[in-house]
Amino acid sequence: MKYLCLICAETVMEQMTEAAAEQHYEEYAEFTKAIRESGHFLGCNRLQPPDAAITVRVRQGKITTTDGPFVETKEQLGGYYVIEAKDLNEAIQIASRIPGVRIGCVEVRPIAEDERTLRALG
Amino acid sequence: MQHENVPQRARETVDAIYRSHSRHIFATLIRLLGDFDVAEEALHDAFRAALEQWPRDGVPAKPQAWLVSTGRFKAIDGIRRRARFEPLPDDLAERLAADSGDELDGEGVEDDRLRLIFTCCHPALSPDAQVALTLREVCGLTTEEIARAFLTAAPTLAQRIVRAKAKIRDARIPYQVPSPAELPDRVDSVLRVIYLVYNEGYSASSGGALMRSDLSGEAIRVGRLLIELLPEAEALGLLALMLLQESRRAARSAPNGDLILLDDQDRSLWNMDYITEGSALVERALSSRRFGPYALQAAIAAVHANAPYAAATDWAEITSLYDILLRTDSSPVIELNRAVAVAMRDGPLPGLALIDAILTRGDLADYHLAHSARADLCRRLGRTKEARASYERAYSLARQEPERRFLERRLCELRD
Repeated sequence: MKYLCLICAETVMEQMTEAAAEQHYEEYAEFTKAIRESGHFLGCNRLQPPDAAITVRVRQGKITTTDGPFVETKEQLGGYYVIEAKDLNEAIQIASRIPGVRIGCVEVRPIAEDERTLRALG
Repeated sequence: MQHENVPQRARETVDAIYRSHSRHIFATLIRLLGDFDVAEEALHDAFRAALEQWPRDGVPAKPQAWLVSTGRFKAIDGIRRRARFEPLPDDLAERLAADSGDELDGEGVEDDRLRLIFTCCHPALSPDAQVALTLREVCGLTTEEIARAFLTAAPTLAQRIVRAKAKIRDARIPYQVPSPAELPDRVDSVLRVIYLVYNEGYSASSGGALMRSDLSGEAIRVGRLLIELLPEAEALGLLALMLLQESRRAARSAPNGDLILLDDQDRSLWNMDYITEGSALVERALSSRRFGPYALQAAIAAVHANAPYAAATDWAEITSLYDILLRTDSSPVIELNRAVAVAMRDGPLPGLALIDAILTRGDLADYHLAHSARADLCRRLGRTKEARASYERAYSLARQEPERRFLERRLCELRD
């Protein structure tokens, strides 16, 4: 099974002190290396902060855009991992080792792999 | 050519050992590492290392011991690396490393599987949690599979497992086979979990029926494992009971899912292998003289199973088994079953008197089977009006679709 782990926190890298960010990067390097070695890693990215976001909609053929993410919350989406795990409990276990989980939280979502989805996405 | 097959064969060996022994190795790793989650990660890492190394270096002489010591080493290494960022309260890695971990072979390892079963079925955990943990950790089912089988949302089930493991950790539930003094109670709790899983798979006959019959298969597998490790009379009895019930699976429902009562079943559909095995286990359990309710229920099921046709059933034997059963485990449901057996042995009237006595006490007033049994006896006595009233009461209490359809049919027949 594939799972998406969405990392949310009130403070993202850009808002940390240099020393705190450095330590956090190091922790992510260590964690990512570990799950690459264990074979759980499928992909990951860190996102720029929400003030870099723009939300797009098309209504009646017209594009409209608004500043910022489409949901305003105190916690910001900071990055994600896509992992391969035996089941939801193994995914939870891996998510609990993501460094951001100790200052924010991680949402674990199974990735849809039903036939219809796979066919549609090619 | 043969030379090229070596890596392929090594990979097949890893797969085969994973299928047959990953749960044993996991059970040993929990003992050595003292934590379910750490052990699960270690198990994963050990098999991954085997997949890398065995095709290149050959399969080690003692593959299981290799997997255990590799898993243990990787876990200690992982804890050390993580300690750089989250210092642990005590020197866990060093403590684990100091423990020589030499007990990788022999009796200790066999006991590990028992330790795992007893820990998953520990009475400090809720029954729901015991079932979920047993299926995931002992049987190796995935969270999603268990959730589907129990018609529960996967996140609910996942949380149940997370909390149960936290409870084991926080309450320091020991990873051990209980002492002889505690053993009978603790075995009861294990047997209850196995039977719960079995019944969950057996009683379902609609919606995901296929998934759920797998649960019965898992329960039988754990039952077999348990008697291999701990041949207690009641463990033998429970396995016998499950096998004897399982032997009738193909005969107990029509293709449309309707229930077929024991009397009306096509006995040629009964699974003779299960009946033979179950009956032999009943003999073994009864001869030990330490038998209890499971062995007695299995003995009753064996009498049914060994009757070539319904009218040949030895109801006198069944009634006397119920008499013994009532002495060891008195419950209104068993009283009800005994009343039905008496009705078969002596006629509907004495049976009806017994059922009415139970219902008058109010014990089974809301139990649909009590009312449908009463209805059946009234029907046989020609008391149609009373029969209808009882079938209607049963219908209003029954929840499962096939049971409701059965009662509907009976009500229709009485209308004609």
